Amino acid sequence: MSSVSLNQNLIKRPGRLVLLGRYLRRNPSLTIGLAIMLGLTIFTVYGLLTINPKDAYPLAVRPQQPPSWKYPLGTDFFGRDLYPAMVIGLWQTAIIGLFAGALGTIVGTVLGFLSAYFGGILDKTISTICQILIPIPAFLIHVIIAGAIDKRSVTILTMAFVVFMLAWMGPTLVIRAQVLTMKERQFVSVAKLSGMNSFGIIFREILPNLLPFIAAAFVNQVFQAVFASLYLSVVGLGPLREPLLGNTLWSAQSQAAFFNGWWWWPIGPTVALALILASLALINMGIDELANPRIRTSE
Amino acid sequence: MSLKYIGQRILYLFLVVWAASTITFFIPRLSSRNPVRERFAELARMGGFAPADLEKIIADYSRAFGLDKPLFQQYFDYLAGIARFDLGVSLNLYPKTVAMLLWESLPWTIGLLIVTTILAFVIGNLLGALSAWPQTPNWIRGFATSFVMLQGVPPVLLAILLIFFIGFKLKLAPLGGVYSIGTIPEFSLSFILNLLWHQMLPALALIFGSLGGWVLSMRGMGVTIQGEDYVTYAEHKGLGARTIFRDYYLRNALLPQVTGFALALGNVVVNAIVVESIFGLPGVGSVLFAAIRSNDFLVIYGIVLFITMGVATLMIIVELLYPLLDPRIKHT
Repeated sequence: MSSVSLNQNLIKRPGRLVLLGRYLRRNPSLTIGLAIMLGLTIFTVYGLLTINPKDAYPLAVRPQQPPSWKYPLGTDFFGRDLYPAMVIGLWQTAIIGLFAGALGTIVGTVLGFLSAYFGGILDKTISTICQILIPIPAFLIHVIIAGAIDKRSVTILTMAFVVFMLAWMGPTLVIRAQVLTMKERQFVSVAKLSGMNSFGIIFREILPNLLPFIAAAFVNQVFQAVFASLYLSVVGLGPLREPLLGNTLWSAQSQAAFFNGWWWWPIGPTVALALILASLALINMGIDELANPRIRTSE
Repeated sequence: MSLKYIGQRILYLFLVVWAASTITFFIPRLSSRNPVRERFAELARMGGFAPADLEKIIADYSRAFGLDKPLFQQYFDYLAGIARFDLGVSLNLYPKTVAMLLWESLPWTIGLLIVTTILAFVIGNLLGALSAWPQTPNWIRGFATSFVMLQGVPPVLLAILLIFFIGFKLKLAPLGGVYSIGTIPEFSLSFILNLLWHQMLPALALIFGSLGGWVLSMRGMGVTIQGEDYVTYAEHKGLGARTIFRDYYLRNALLPQVTGFALALGNVVVNAIVVESIFGLPGVGSVLFAAIRSNDFLVIYGIVLFITMGVATLMIIVELLYPLLDPRIKHT
């Protein structure tokens, strides 16, 4: 007996950081995604601290300058310095993504919960509405909503709100499905039999087990929100005054930047957006693996 | 497949179309924008109207478009119009109807969509299946898996990158447009080649933009199926690797992909119309975005509704065809 406990003392349990590092090595998509996201965050935060925000708006600098030491990403046709424009654009994209993502996840989680937990007519109504709305391409409805708003009053937050309005159905259905299976599990029955009320069961028993799914739904929602806001702004329905990344693309495209040889104008925002969306997709894949250990692939 | 089931699906289709038309009808009317007034205010800025006449013209137009009637009457007229496939008239290109605009632009979009969707589906699923198959040579597996990185990058961004690298730097493809400036549209080989050459970059952007998703989901399916007993059994029976790959592995893994295909249809169509507008191709996307720019409201609603109906109908057709692919499924 004593030798066993001695051996256990000899085995050093690795610290939390080491364990985290080992996990990240096993889950490359999560690691790469988080690394890109961290890089973008550092770029944006450093930029916000050093740039003059006024340079990101028209008539601030000499127009049509290619990238140089003075203007690292060049300047556009309207006299915006594209480096501060990129920093502010990244910041605004983050606001839209996080705001719409958080709102969509919260509303979706609450509706999914109510629907699955209480069932009956409420469940029928919520799931029918979701099923009717899902085949309608959200982008087209976004176009109608954004087109109905007066162009001058479109701001970053209205845009986030427009994106959210058609985004809550996905998380609602995901959370509903999870709660439906969880409701039948034994630990819930035990809690019920021991006299716990619905409130306690929801918050103490079911919610903690749902967290990985809620996290996955959140990342997915942020991805969808950035995607939707890119599509809206790239066709000219964004807040036109702001240097949102998609808006910069739209103005470059409508001034025929490539035909005129101003290649640096659209390329910067394209690469930035591709990095944001690719990293979100990778994080999403990584969290999926974390949430459903069953799909883990062993090489 | 029972008639009752088909009836239910058709009822569902009607509900989707009704929801879409109700949203498209009421949302713009909640806003304070008046498209007719905006249109004529713009024309008036260019001159040629006396202010008093302008009010009369606006009143006339409002009557012609039925905008002076009570809201609910307008709503029922609108729904009745949709039921007759009468989507209204363009405000900007009057007297062209929305149906005429769709008729002119639809062949372009459908052509691009069919070619790119089929290619992306076939290539993506093949790569995904190969990336999860244990006997695949390592370099093919690495190559196939690298496409997963593309998942998440929307075709619009790929379009811009392709224009930059292939069109702008290497000058291997045109930067946009339908055919070279100065060519005369005619039915000849050189003109058709010119047309196809201009479709190359948009097609590549759409194919690469959706490839990653197919590779990823097929890879997941492939990993699951490998562990199935029937695959092991087939191996032990001594069947060739090729037969197992094709008949036991690919065929079963493809089934859920077809469902995924139906679900992805909406995105596929949206991607196509946005990419079209980036390249200035004369498809539905360009018509829609021209309408957005000029606030040509009936054209916007018409196109949105038409696409929604198309997507919802195709989804249901795929669902109804599913039992043909998988005899285990019977819709009851």
